[in-house]
Amino acid sequence: MGTASGSITLQEVDKRFGTGVLALEGASLEVAQGEFVALLGPSGCGKSTVLRLVAGLEAATGGTVDAPALRDPAEAATAFVFQEPTLMPWASVFDNVWLPLRLAGVSREQALPRIRALLASVGLAQFTAAHPAQLSGGMRMRASIARALVTEPRVLLMDEPFAALDEITRSRINLDLLAWWQARSLSVLFVTHSLYEAAFLSQRVLVMSARPGRLVAEVRIDAPYPRTREFRLSPVYQQACRDLSRALDAAHVESLA
Amino acid sequence: MNRRLLPWLTLGTLLALWEVLVRLAQIPAYTLPTPSLIALTLWQNLPSLAVSWWFTLKITFGALLLACAGGVLIAAVFALSRRVEAAFLPIAVMLQVTPLVAIAPLILIYIENTTAALLLCAWVVAFFPILSNTVLGLRAADPNLHELFRLYRATPLQRLRLLLVPSAVPYFVAGLKISGGLSLIGAVTAEMVAGVAGRETGLASRILEASFRTETPKMFAALTLLVLTGVLIFWLFDLLARRLLGRWQLPGHK
Ligand SMILES: Nc1ncnc2c1ncn2[C@@H]1O[C@H](COP(=O)(O)OP(=O)(O)OP(=O)(O)O)[C@@H](O)[C@H]1O
Ligand SMILES: [Mg+2]
Repeated sequence: MGTASGSITLQEVDKRFGTGVLALEGASLEVAQGEFVALLGPSGCGKSTVLRLVAGLEAATGGTVDAPALRDPAEAATAFVFQEPTLMPWASVFDNVWLPLRLAGVSREQALPRIRALLASVGLAQFTAAHPAQLSGGMRMRASIARALVTEPRVLLMDEPFAALDEITRSRINLDLLAWWQARSLSVLFVTHSLYEAAFLSQRVLVMSARPGRLVAEVRIDAPYPRTREFRLSPVYQQACRDLSRALDAAHVESLA
Repeated sequence: MNRRLLPWLTLGTLLALWEVLVRLAQIPAYTLPTPSLIALTLWQNLPSLAVSWWFTLKITFGALLLACAGGVLIAAVFALSRRVEAAFLPIAVMLQVTPLVAIAPLILIYIENTTAALLLCAWVVAFFPILSNTVLGLRAADPNLHELFRLYRATPLQRLRLLLVPSAVPYFVAGLKISGGLSLIGAVTAEMVAGVAGRETGLASRILEASFRTETPKMFAALTLLVLTGVLIFWLFDLLARRLLGRWQLPGHK
């Protein structure tokens, strides 16, 4: 749908909240169109703040944030997935997924084929009429991702989306997420606490320091997609995990100094 | 023992005990009538009592309807502006905490039409729970959903229709459950203050009237109708609440 580039650029961004908390100081990062980038860092370092800045939900107090997708006036070209599925409990799965289109004036009939196909691709074909309370945690997250994908966004921002899922569900949905990403022309900025998840999913992992957050390290994971379960056994993956672990420790030590 | 049967069994036993004890002690009917006599009186006076019952029902549901309209309207204004809420909430609280019996005589003086005065009295007691619950509900929507509506550039009207109103529904219904009972209490209290005057009169007037003539069984008969009405209202809104809240239930919440 969207034609805007899915690139994201933050240059020397500061964010001080009204409360006086300095969440980010001189944070710079870049995500290329179509890239899958993970953002890793200690709790409270400003990862969510970075996503909210990119989504335009928060304004920077210094530096520049540039995301062409957000400027695209015609489309909902930026999508956000929260840690909680954040579904409307009173609405069916279909109506939840329809919401972004509905807000853009797309009727149920117009949206129907698209939503049917999307729900089938995320494995919820049987649950279009179900309410969120009737779904498992993993299925709710799938519905939440379907809602994010329904506008065919160029940028997908994910804030620890799988933190509340059990290990098995999580690794399953990780594989699926990569498939959904590969099928689209989509940039992903993925916040996580888990360096293993970051190493498995992304092309590049950015490591942040403790508050005030800055980008302090970058680890490339040069492995092709599709990545399968076997990727976890590969030397590339294991080397990436070691590098990330070291980078996180360094970021932590630096913040104590 | 079946849990649903238990209250009926308790009630039946108490009534039977009442019947037996009154008969054994030979208490006169004008002091304490037996349940069977009350039932008989109710049956014999049903046509005239039904007219009064209908009047009380009209006041009760009329006041409840107005309480819904007023409560929701004021709640919407409060939810839009914290300033307006800060300015007017104390007045709403004052209305709520003042005993109705104390202001009913004034209302009856100022408003000539008795029916309108009774409606206003019942409204005063019934609207507050709807108001406070709806205000709460309009502000109860998931903050992340609010963010989502912002991200997708929802208009204020879309936000109201698709987010605020649905979030407020369970709270509103909870308020309705309380207000339903209160509006009956309000209607009866106001009627008691108004006395037996007026062309049309409700159940409270029949109780007063019967008490002047020491027709105790008739007092009990009217009272029985009132109790049944109260229970019916409670049951009705409880059912409505369950129906709605079952669907509205948040994932992970009880
Ligand atoms: N709206 C706000 N007002 C004031 N302070 C805020 C606000 N949002 C975040 N903060 C503060 O900014 C800092 C960074 O918050 P942020 O949520 O971005 O961290 P995070 O890296 O996402 O943490 P976590 O890993 O725990 O989710 C924290 O100290 C937080 O308390
Ligand atoms: Mg966070």
